[in-house]
Amino acid sequence: MLAGLQCPGYPEAKLSSVSERLPCREGQAGTLLALMGEPEQYCFPSIFIYGHRATGKSHVILTLLKELEVPHAAVSCVECVSAGLLFEQVLLAMFGSESATLLPRSPSLSDFVRIYRQFCAQEPAQQTRYIVLERAELLRDMEANLLPGLLRLQELVDDNVTVILLSEIVWDKFRPNTGCFEPLLLHFPDYTKAELLQILSLDSNPSYSPELYSSYINILLGVFYSVCRDLRELRHLAALNFPKFCEPLEKGEAKESDTHKLWRNIEPHLKRAMQTVYLREVSSVQWEQQQMEEKEATALRGLSAHAHVELPYYSKFLLIAAYLASYNPARTDRRFFLKHHGKIKKTNFLKKHEKTSNHLLGPKPFPLDRLLAIFYSVVDSRVAPTASVFSQISSLVTLQLLTQVGHDDQLDSPKYKCAVSLDFISAISRTVSFDIVRYLYDFL
Amino acid sequence: MSTSSVSKGCFVFKPGSKKRKRTVAVDEYFTDGSDDCGNGRERFNICQTLWEKIKMDTEVLQEELNTKILDSLLDFIKRCTSSFQSRTDDWTSHMRASEIPTAALVLGVNVPDHDVTFQSLSELLRKSVTPFAVSVQAKECAALKNLMQKVLERLMGVGVTLEDDEEDTGIHLPHKKVSCSVSALSQWYKSMMKTRAIKSPDKTGGSENGFSQSPPIIVIFKDFEAFNPRVLQDFILICNRYIQELPFIFIFGIATSPSTIQHMLPHSVSSLLCIELFQSLPCTQHLATVIDKLILTSQFPFKLSSKVLQVLVSIFLYHDFSVRNFVKGLQLALLEHFHSQPLSVLCCGKNEALLYAQKLSHQDVEMVRQLPSFMSILKFHSMLVLNSLTEVCQRFLKDLRKYHKNYYPVLKCLHSLTSSLPKYPLGKQIRELHISCMEKNVWETNEYESAMQLLRLLAKDELVLSLRKCADILKPDKTKKMKSALQQLENYIAKFEQLDSKYFFFFFFFFFLNSTTNYFKICSSAISLLRSYLTPPELQPLNEVCYYSSSGVLRRHLNATPRTSIQTALSHPFYYLQNESLKTDAGTVSNSAPDICIAYKLHLECGRLINLFDWLEAYATVTSAAEGKDPDSEDFGKVDELKHARFIQAVSELEFLGFVKSTKQKTDHVARLTWGGC
Repeated sequence: MLAGLQCPGYPEAKLSSVSERLPCREGQAGTLLALMGEPEQYCFPSIFIYGHRATGKSHVILTLLKELEVPHAAVSCVECVSAGLLFEQVLLAMFGSESATLLPRSPSLSDFVRIYRQFCAQEPAQQTRYIVLERAELLRDMEANLLPGLLRLQELVDDNVTVILLSEIVWDKFRPNTGCFEPLLLHFPDYTKAELLQILSLDSNPSYSPELYSSYINILLGVFYSVCRDLRELRHLAALNFPKFCEPLEKGEAKESDTHKLWRNIEPHLKRAMQTVYLREVSSVQWEQQQMEEKEATALRGLSAHAHVELPYYSKFLLIAAYLASYNPARTDRRFFLKHHGKIKKTNFLKKHEKTSNHLLGPKPFPLDRLLAIFYSVVDSRVAPTASVFSQISSLVTLQLLTQVGHDDQLDSPKYKCAVSLDFISAISRTVSFDIVRYLYDFL
Repeated sequence: MSTSSVSKGCFVFKPGSKKRKRTVAVDEYFTDGSDDCGNGRERFNICQTLWEKIKMDTEVLQEELNTKILDSLLDFIKRCTSSFQSRTDDWTSHMRASEIPTAALVLGVNVPDHDVTFQSLSELLRKSVTPFAVSVQAKECAALKNLMQKVLERLMGVGVTLEDDEEDTGIHLPHKKVSCSVSALSQWYKSMMKTRAIKSPDKTGGSENGFSQSPPIIVIFKDFEAFNPRVLQDFILICNRYIQELPFIFIFGIATSPSTIQHMLPHSVSSLLCIELFQSLPCTQHLATVIDKLILTSQFPFKLSSKVLQVLVSIFLYHDFSVRNFVKGLQLALLEHFHSQPLSVLCCGKNEALLYAQKLSHQDVEMVRQLPSFMSILKFHSMLVLNSLTEVCQRFLKDLRKYHKNYYPVLKCLHSLTSSLPKYPLGKQIRELHISCMEKNVWETNEYESAMQLLRLLAKDELVLSLRKCADILKPDKTKKMKSALQQLENYIAKFEQLDSKYFFFFFFFFFLNSTTNYFKICSSAISLLRSYLTPPELQPLNEVCYYSSSGVLRRHLNATPRTSIQTALSHPFYYLQNESLKTDAGTVSNSAPDICIAYKLHLECGRLINLFDWLEAYATVTSAAEGKDPDSEDFGKVDELKHARFIQAVSELEFLGFVKSTKQKTDHVARLTWGGC
């Protein structure tokens, strides 16, 4: 396997150290090396690497570039709030601080190309230069010419430069509708369970034997593999729960060979971890403290356990009215809120598309007038249409219990949607003793 | 104004600085227009000192209420800071993903109150943990760029000024272009730490300010819900890339519930945070403390009548849950009282009040005579007329003070007795009891009766326990009456305890047969002891001096009804314009009213769709009548250009106000948007 990495022009020793640092990714590294060719050879103008999170995209490419001492600039697009920052960082890494200061205010792609060419003429490339852009999907939100321009940067600057884009999204979602230069696509597949085991076992605790650690990882993967394949997260979880695994060993209750005993000890603990700390219901620090103090997991309530929200009286009714308006068809309002509505049977009343439950379809937008009309009929006392009733609607919007549909600046009959769940609204209506289920069309 | 120019055109004139409006000093609002020019200033001064005191007290109260949560938050931050520093190279910390410590601060939906909390929080942080604490609001961070800019600006701006204070050779930022990125921040932080290390090389660990060696960078998101989720996610991702170099700590100010974090941030982002939860006191409890400290006390001479208190409390409970707004309402009531009631000059401390009472002018004395409470007293004590009125006033003022001194402790006793009863016949909160006591004689109400019945059913131990509580409430009071009341109460308790428990059980069997036993006598007389002090304040002479009672004014100011005001303006123009010619009977509009009122009145008579031409004709008839034309003449009600234009303007104004809108259902028609009318 280790023989896989071979490329003329790079010293053997470095190549072997690289391949040691890239377990389970020899194939991809080999392909990349083959693409890079010898240092002074021109490379393909742009390479697009995609794969899920924590599949080693950045790790492989950056290790290669660093170990082989190739000139490169690595930029994460999430940091670049503007294209100017992107250019600045690239120039800084390629030609030093002098070049970056030459960039004008809010530079365009052509400014970048101009300065690049200027410095490139001074120090022409001895080796291929690489620009690595992590989280490249964010490039799509920047100026429209940026992505196509970067893809054929080699032509534009007339230099031996290659742009490598890294993303979790497939290339099809990138292609601009004006068309562009097609980069070379390279996929990084997910690690298999065996590969995960191999990689995770590498960082074993120095005070215990590697075999023990790898058996621990085996148990861990048995619990978590079905929900999480993120290497980074798995490693984090492994570190968090390892002390608990070692507890019987420390106390002298078990030996390293008693795998079954160790398994019995750790398995329920890991299952609990999956429901709490993995979902970040309980923070990692709290989880560790809890392990140390030997408390039961029930002592700590997760974040989602605190779902109750205390609201002013009229806000509660406004929210209830909004919920009714969102989940009942407008035609049925007569039936629910008029005293003498006559008898309307549900079956005759249904239109074809309304046969599916409104709760499955999600909330529908409703105008302000309808909200207020329902509000006045559900609230049990006479309410004057005061300014504070209206301001409560907008504070419900900022609390994200309602959402405004359409533009914010729409003064004329704004539309809203209710953004709370049935459980939440039932809890709210219980506090004001309002039986909301009786008023919901779906539950008739 | 004229110019020297010969050409025609538009010229811009800057407003001259000579004709500046005379600015009115605040206290002159009190003296202007009212008859007693002498007392205005004094009233203003009393009002000011009272308000200052109320303000101080509420601030102290707020701080006391917040100390617990702020202390625990501070603990958390200090713990995080020390864990940043003690980050060693051991196996676990190497393996663990580095998370950003985050405090989720759940503060409740009363967003206006949060400002004070955040202010004291950031002051506390600056004082004891780190100079690098910034707070950001959602409205200034629409995009990631703005958020970064704000954070960097506030961090580095503060840093630079600090540098100037401390030394001259400080680093100076390249001001022309600080790129808006966290890497710039990281460089800045490093250089800051270097200069600090140079300054205090000998002191390791705690440095001169009490800050630790590498103080954390704390970012406070004041209104977490209002942030754009994308912006937050990106910001967290960026910060997480630099967590090894920059010790970030986040504080999320959450108004609803902590589960919003999970709604707003996907797992990939929330897994970068190490979230700990901090929950503040519910705002209702906060209000209860404020009412207890500001209203249920004889310390402040200024009082609210039951209606006014009800208005304030209902605004709180029904609309906003905001204690700050409640205190603002209290301030308004205070101002209104001292502004509108000339006798409020007597509403101050005991000695000053007596002093003022001596100096009452003839006019004031007349006003005292006119007070309803004074008049009703006069009927019973005709001899009062003989005495000098100032002396009578002084006596009444003293009585009023005594009444208050006795009222509040007894109220608290009654509340402590009844608040544990099932179904709370006299209200769960003491403010409800207070309101009902102020409205009428509380012992005549049915609720009181049922509460007493429930009290009689209490077991002996429980009753003794709650009576003991009452005694504890009465103990700190110094007045004679309260002391004697306490004495009596303690006698009763002793008697209860003497009652044999055997006798007690026996007694229960004969409960229905014989209800006038010893036990019941003691019980009811113990309670009736309390009630003699709980007469409503309206029966007290001179209560108008201290009690503010115009709830309507307060409601109009605090809980505005724009729709109703518009309708009043349109249907009763006299109400706002105060022009005699507009005065009409209810339901009619004078024909000399403004055009829009006439158009409004006419449109009320129409159905859902209004024919514009008919409307115009009717309008023309009405305005012709207003011009005084002969109804039989030829051109009466004829539409000329002027009337047409006025009509169109009125209709478009109505459209702007939302009464009509154009429709495509029928040509030349507009649709009515309101119901009702004639």
